[in-house]
Amino acid sequence: MQFILSALRAAIPAGTPLLFGTLGEVYTERSGVLNLGIEGMMIMGSVTAFGVAHTTGNVWLAILLAALAGGLLALLHAFASITLKVNQVVSGLAITMLGLGVSGMMGKRYIGQPLDAGFTAVDIPLLSDIPIFGPLLFQFDPLVYLAILLVPLLWFVLYRTRWGLSLRSVGESPATADALGVNVVAVRYGAVFFGGLLAGVGGAYLSVVYAPAWIEGMTAGAGWIVIALTIFAMWDPLRALLGAYLFGGVRVLQYRLQPLGISPNLLAMLPFIFTILVLVASAGEAMRRRIGAPAALMQPYTREER
Amino acid sequence: MSEEVIPVVSMRGIEKRFPGVLANDRVDFEVRPGEIHALLGENGAGKTTLMNILYGIYQPDGGEILIRGESVVIHSPREAIELGIGMVHQHFRLVTSHSVAENIVLGLPGNLFFPEQAAREKIEEFSDRYNLTVDPEARIWQLSAGEQQRVEIIKALYRGAEILIMDEPTSMLTPGEVEDLFTVLRRMANEGNTIIFISHKLDEVMAVSDRVTVLRQGRVEATLETAQTEKRELARLMVGREVLFRIEKNEIKLGEEVLRIEGLHALNDKGLPAISGVSLRIARGEILGIAGVAGNGQRELVETIAGLRPATGGHIFVSGHEITSRSPREIIEKDVCFVPGERLTALVPEMSVTENLILKTYRDQRFIRGLFFNTREINSHADDLIERYAVTTPTRDTPLKLLSGGNIQRVMLARETSGKPALLIAAHPTSGLDVGAIEYIWQLLLKERERGTAVLLVSEDLEEALTLSDRIAVIFEGELMGIVPSVDTDLEEIGLMMAGAHRLPVPEAGE
Repeated sequence: MQFILSALRAAIPAGTPLLFGTLGEVYTERSGVLNLGIEGMMIMGSVTAFGVAHTTGNVWLAILLAALAGGLLALLHAFASITLKVNQVVSGLAITMLGLGVSGMMGKRYIGQPLDAGFTAVDIPLLSDIPIFGPLLFQFDPLVYLAILLVPLLWFVLYRTRWGLSLRSVGESPATADALGVNVVAVRYGAVFFGGLLAGVGGAYLSVVYAPAWIEGMTAGAGWIVIALTIFAMWDPLRALLGAYLFGGVRVLQYRLQPLGISPNLLAMLPFIFTILVLVASAGEAMRRRIGAPAALMQPYTREER
Repeated sequence: MSEEVIPVVSMRGIEKRFPGVLANDRVDFEVRPGEIHALLGENGAGKTTLMNILYGIYQPDGGEILIRGESVVIHSPREAIELGIGMVHQHFRLVTSHSVAENIVLGLPGNLFFPEQAAREKIEEFSDRYNLTVDPEARIWQLSAGEQQRVEIIKALYRGAEILIMDEPTSMLTPGEVEDLFTVLRRMANEGNTIIFISHKLDEVMAVSDRVTVLRQGRVEATLETAQTEKRELARLMVGREVLFRIEKNEIKLGEEVLRIEGLHALNDKGLPAISGVSLRIARGEILGIAGVAGNGQRELVETIAGLRPATGGHIFVSGHEITSRSPREIIEKDVCFVPGERLTALVPEMSVTENLILKTYRDQRFIRGLFFNTREINSHADDLIERYAVTTPTRDTPLKLLSGGNIQRVMLARETSGKPALLIAAHPTSGLDVGAIEYIWQLLLKERERGTAVLLVSEDLEEALTLSDRIAVIFEGELMGIVPSVDTDLEEIGLMMAGAHRLPVPEAGE
């Protein structure tokens, strides 16, 4: 019982960066743009946040600038894939490599540095007073709650507002949206930028809250898991929550099972094996429920030509 | 109506050029308020281009547009909508995974949240007023083509359209749905709306329009009161010469047997039986028409003969050689030519006219010089076919996709029939084509027949099947219900056979 609860307690922070990233990627892909640069945007967020927090001691400023770092890189992807209409896979991979390289260079001086600044856990009144469960499940840092709050908010915006309708329409049928006066290019830029902001925050969470330290390449594939989670979530914010915590749990298990004599190398593969299994399973379910990727995913939009 | 009525739409001297084509050549076009005005012309005559200019999708290279007497420049569909112009495109612009209501309010300014209740009420109001029944909650992919079109019409009305452009609105509809649409259009016109009806179908233009403007090769031929003209005159204006509505078919002595099919079975894409025990034979100089409602195994039958689908039973012989489940290449070498129903499955739209013309014969010795193509020979071959089959193309190197439907089909037929086939399989050879192109293709098929080709013709148009064929085989759920001669046919009997309610005793294959 205690083991399960504490694993759960650990899964939520471990899943939070994945949740930020996935929510952003859900919006990006809903607009019809595939962003494989998430890994690069997350790690740029990590290094930016750590640097700012280390220098100024202001963690909120660190999160904000990390978001902008991710967003800036996302704008590069938007320019390449929306304006220049280059292959989105190539652009995304290039940006991942760019992010990994630049962050390594920027972060040299922070390696091994301690971080004094940090978030204090927020007690949810009443709920955190529940015996056993309370302290375990309702005493997290504010970013965990921010991520959780974003889930219903983003769901509502996606399905119940005109913004969301425009976003979904642009991803399904840009020609239709264009003919009705929706600015396809602006919507796509906005969605890609927003995805980059959230990826940056996800990366910041790793270096400022979760670790807290700067280690080169510390995202360690989290960005790729986000891509898989987006499919697992079937481009839906509510399912993104489920998936992110599930994968957070798998990451935690990696460390918890090690004392039981299971090889750490084997366990390091666990998230990726699980990713493949989840992709296979969700592909089947998507087929059954007739929910597929946004119809215009990866298709650059050009107004009709003769 | 007095002659002094200000036209609601007046386009003067409109010009529009595309690379290599003058799509609109000083077009004058006037529409009176409250009328249904047909815009008639062959494919590529410039009808859609003209309307895309009115709707702000294209900018004209010259000319002037007046809406309700005021000179306007329409930069975008949004500005057209503000002027009260709505357009229902031939291929619907709907987001298929979204609901009807979502599609209708998409892109409208207003509250951040859907005023769902208000939207639904307004949709229902239009539904009642014009008899446009549709469920606002339904997803588009659940709707029939006719219902989707109603959504498009409501979408335009919702945006305040008083001038509604309908681009080839009947091409996706069943005959019953066409009647419903005409009722809706008349009711809308009675309420003071103006409708511009783009079409190349003479019967529809005669049935629904008040006036008609005929376009040919980008120019206005005439604007007429529909009541004071007739089909033959419109056809002549549209095509530029007299059109034969009845094709003369010469008696031909049948030659030896070319195609023999015995008890053929095949599966559809889902792995279910699509063809069950089909037996038929076609002789030299004979056209056998396959009639039937779409989706009763016609596609599977022709694909199995052409080697694109394995047979699960039975035999196919061409000129005495068994070709059952052989590769397409082996079958082609038996002089079998195949014109599939979906043209672009056998052509490459991005490749040039020339390249498409040699797709099947590029291995020919005369097109090859060592390891390379003999470009000069290939080009002269292409020029020859373009001339003989009267393909209208800016150059032989133009990508095929820039040609009109009729010209694409000409390229296809040029490639398939120029090699003097023994058996020609033609599936829906005239679907989506205009009168002039249809007439040309009919003549071509009859010429093949006279040359001694055995022709297997699949057509959903019973009129076409009866006109061209010597015998008609009716197919229902993958079985032949009977084969009848096409002269002195009992249409009622064929109709019953198409519905599966009547079956003739089919003579055994070894007759």
